[in-house]
Amino acid sequence: MMGRMADLNTGAAADAGQAKADALPPSLDVAGLAFAYPDGHQALFGVDLRIARGERVALLGPNGAGKTTLVLHLNGILSADTGTGQGVVRVAGLEVAKPNLREIRRRVGIVFQDPDDQLFMPTVREDVAFGPANLGMRGPELDERVGEALDAVGMREFADRPPHHLSFGQRRRVAVATVLAMRPEILVLDEPSSNLDPASRRELAEILGGLDVTVLMVTHDLPFALELCPRALVLSGGVIAADGPTRELLGDAALMQAHRLELPYGFARLDCDRCAPAAFGAPGVGTGAAGSCEHGREHG
Amino acid sequence: MGAGHAHNLYRPGDSPLHRLPPQCKLVAVVVFVLVVVSTPREAYWAFGVYALLLALAAGVGRVPVGYVARRVVVEIPFVVFAVALPFLATGPKTEFLGLTVSHSGLLGAWNILAKGTLGVVASILLAATTNVRDLLLGMERLRMPQLLVQIMQFMVRYSEVIAGEMGRMRVARESRGFQAKDVRQLPVVAKSAGALFIRSYERGERVHLAMLSRGYTGTMPVIVDVRANRAQWCAAALLPSLAVVACAVAWVG
Repeated sequence: MMGRMADLNTGAAADAGQAKADALPPSLDVAGLAFAYPDGHQALFGVDLRIARGERVALLGPNGAGKTTLVLHLNGILSADTGTGQGVVRVAGLEVAKPNLREIRRRVGIVFQDPDDQLFMPTVREDVAFGPANLGMRGPELDERVGEALDAVGMREFADRPPHHLSFGQRRRVAVATVLAMRPEILVLDEPSSNLDPASRRELAEILGGLDVTVLMVTHDLPFALELCPRALVLSGGVIAADGPTRELLGDAALMQAHRLELPYGFARLDCDRCAPAAFGAPGVGTGAAGSCEHGREHG
Repeated sequence: MGAGHAHNLYRPGDSPLHRLPPQCKLVAVVVFVLVVVSTPREAYWAFGVYALLLALAAGVGRVPVGYVARRVVVEIPFVVFAVALPFLATGPKTEFLGLTVSHSGLLGAWNILAKGTLGVVASILLAATTNVRDLLLGMERLRMPQLLVQIMQFMVRYSEVIAGEMGRMRVARESRGFQAKDVRQLPVVAKSAGALFIRSYERGERVHLAMLSRGYTGTMPVIVDVRANRAQWCAAALLPSLAVVACAVAWVG
């Protein structure tokens, strides 16, 4: 398993994570996870995945593939208790189960899609403090933790503002800070780039790229996934349909088509090194238009 | 919208009144209002003393007269009733501004007007010098049930979000040619209200999910602790204690 993963990982961050992962349990280990909602709708049919410490992984898949269901299993909001299911989820070696929920919810930081759902306290500071305070933290220690998390997303100067006075991009960044304040083992982001203007999207990418934490990112924004995540998983029909370097997956036209994944207009030639030069940089703009490059189509 | 109004009431500043812990101010205002209400209505001078006390408090809080006057208009519906009273009440008649009116009605009107205005002005001064967040902290500190404080806190946080949603629904309706002209359009508005309710309910569920994900177990952690020392309590007690003295004199005299 480890050998296969080493092959799949590319990029310096993942290599560093791999080196650490040899000694530590993986940040996330999901084995044979199946789940049906009480109304009988089966969302997951046996999901297996493993994310080593320090990795940044994109979770791709069409709408209705079970992505949200999978995410809500990671911190025990959904489990065999709330429907019918089987399988095991482990976060840094600790099984997601009722007696461990408190620690699991510290270890798994979920950033939900709508920051207005995530930010419910009267001020930014109190919202960021909410998680650590639930863990029993108080006083100067709590203040320090809040300051650290707000610094990580560049929002410290907004600490005393009410969330509804911030721009959407700022609210999304504060939402990231609210879970960073719990020093999570793994940061799970649900559609982090949705509804952001290009500048906010870039700022968020810079922030996420600079964090020293394992990341699982659920997204439809494939260029965003490519920019931040060396590895990607495709969840389709309730199973992991593909697992590999993001660039290879996005370049595999047959795979993409089979799972209703599409690159936006202008990004279609990812299989060409000249059109999409770097896995970490933004894909080349303006060179992606059909006909501007003389590469072969043998990849797809 | 509610939060918008709340923000309008608050007047940012750094006066001694602003710095006083919210729970002290809350208790002071409630006691003051109780004292005012229990003053005999014929003791006209006592109401003058109360008004003077409030004027002094406004001075300390650096709240301008015009600021308070504009916000006293919420009282108008009650004033209308009070003005009607002297003409509607029965009993011995008396001359007032050249009109023959009911004596007890006139006193009743004065009673409502004086006590109501004093209460409203006291509340406006409280709201002008204490932001909503601090008021809630003060209530929590005064052992108001946490559930109620939480409900109010969420109301403050989400009223603008929901008002925004309502505004977008209205724009969407009108962009497709809808105009609310008369009652026949009411079903459409009612359906929008229903949709808004369901959306808000679903948002509530998502918020709860986000809270659980960050370790919420049913009680809000105390993050901001507002403490008051003896000096602050004494300072806040000044207004109601002076009022109590005036009230006592009014009853005895």
